[in-house]
Amino acid sequence: MTSRSGFFSSSVGKKYLMGVTGAGLSLFVLAHMLGNMLLFVSPEAYNLYGHTLIHSKFIYFFEAGLIVLFLLHIIYGVTLTLQNRAARGYRTYLTTSGDKAVTFSSKTMIWTGTIVGVFTIIHLLNFKFGAYYEIVYDGVTVRDLQRLMLELFMSPWYVAWYVFAMLTMLFHLWHGVQSAFQSLGFRHPRYTPGIIKFGAVFAWIVGLGFMSQPLYVYFFLN
Amino acid sequence: MSKAKKINLTLKVWRQKDQNEIGRFETHPVKGISTDMSFLEMLDHLNQQIIHAGGDPIAFDSDCREGICGSCSTTINGNPHGPDRETATCQLHMRRFEDGQTIVVEPFRARAFPVIRDISVDRSALDRIIAAGGFVSVSTGNAQDANAIPISKESSDLAFDAAACIGCGACVAACKNASAMLFTSAKISQLALLPQGAVEKDRRARNMVAQMDREKFGNCTNTGACEAACPKGITLENMARMNRQFTSAWLTARVR
Ligand code: HEM
Ligand code: FES
Repeated sequence: MTSRSGFFSSSVGKKYLMGVTGAGLSLFVLAHMLGNMLLFVSPEAYNLYGHTLIHSKFIYFFEAGLIVLFLLHIIYGVTLTLQNRAARGYRTYLTTSGDKAVTFSSKTMIWTGTIVGVFTIIHLLNFKFGAYYEIVYDGVTVRDLQRLMLELFMSPWYVAWYVFAMLTMLFHLWHGVQSAFQSLGFRHPRYTPGIIKFGAVFAWIVGLGFMSQPLYVYFFLN
Repeated sequence: MSKAKKINLTLKVWRQKDQNEIGRFETHPVKGISTDMSFLEMLDHLNQQIIHAGGDPIAFDSDCREGICGSCSTTINGNPHGPDRETATCQLHMRRFEDGQTIVVEPFRARAFPVIRDISVDRSALDRIIAAGGFVSVSTGNAQDANAIPISKESSDLAFDAAACIGCGACVAACKNASAMLFTSAKISQLALLPQGAVEKDRRARNMVAQMDREKFGNCTNTGACEAACPKGITLENMARMNRQFTSAWLTARVR
């Protein structure tokens, strides 16, 4: 009998792991994008939403889950990429073209992923661990994230970088969402065309949603 | 009568003495190619030209020359088996090319496919994946009466489509990760979809995937380059089936 390794060191297991963590992160970014939409409503709505989240009973549970998802996704994503480059071999390869070409987003997952990763770190430093302003609504003191946001999005460079990072995430999701279904074993002529469309729509909604926010703040709130 | 035209091409061909040598491209003008020639006949024609000039002919693999054996293995302008879908190098005709065009000819590259010489590569890694489980290990006797074991039309069609894989390795060559998942999944599917093969499907899925990983093929990232390059139209559906079977086999196995 051939000796076998553990599930997560097998090529199929690694795909499952990327698929599950990728799908989890995709749901997170969708929720985050929708939550941020409150900045279009009012500073108060936005700040109270943040306040409710931070003081939820489940916040540590969700934060821990997100850290695990991110770390697994990054560690496996980078390991896979290194193993795959080694498997490709010694010489730069002429890539397929014409009728046999593949999508741009599928070839650039490690780069779009890395940009999103760097963005995430900067984003956490600037917002979660950024300046702490306070504001009082009806006697309740809450963190004034709206003010911090206005300050950060005053700079056109910051807005440009933010929009660029969200564009790269759009591409990451464009390939990633439908790819996660395939990794998890869903492919069928009946529903796969629908999944591919769903992935594209999902990526564009999340991407455009996130891009609209700094642009709105820069052009209409400052 | 033949409508063949004659065209002239420039070929940049990969030359490499053996696995250890660092290869290089060699440029050859090739004159008087009939557009009715297959790509391999064109290479024969070039080899004649090289031999007449006292040179060393280009080594490349071929056998059936009709798209069923999986021997031919040429990367043409970056595309394994050339520009057309569902066409093996031996089925590709020179009428597909323009007079005066430059064509880059390379082997099927991957770490798991060491170059034997020039365009010829060692694809025995794929054979070892088959040897790890791509068979039915009990004797199934002589051919049964056609309707002794009823098989649905759908299953037999799917199994037959998977069995169309000729094991050429174009999927590996086309993949940026040099992954052999399309090949392995076709072989797993072809057997698992039929009653004789279904019995051992769990063990087979685990052993074949384990061997594939051991051969140092890369991991799939679902770019779909394999499906586009496959001369036999093997689909990614087979790969999803393999993922499902491997996972359920792993979840239900009594022995690790
Ligand atoms: C919020 C952030 C992120 C989201 C929503 C996300 C989402 C996804 C999804 C859905 C997939 C497809 C999984 C599959 O094919 O089964 C994927 C793949 C991938 N991600 Fe991410 N990702 C994120 C961040 C990152 C980061 C920070 C990296 C860092 C290096 C990264 C690297 C990769 C790579 C290399 C792949 C391709 C691997 C494969 O398909 O096997 N991603 N991502
Ligand atoms: S030579 Fe047999 S498939 Fe091309």
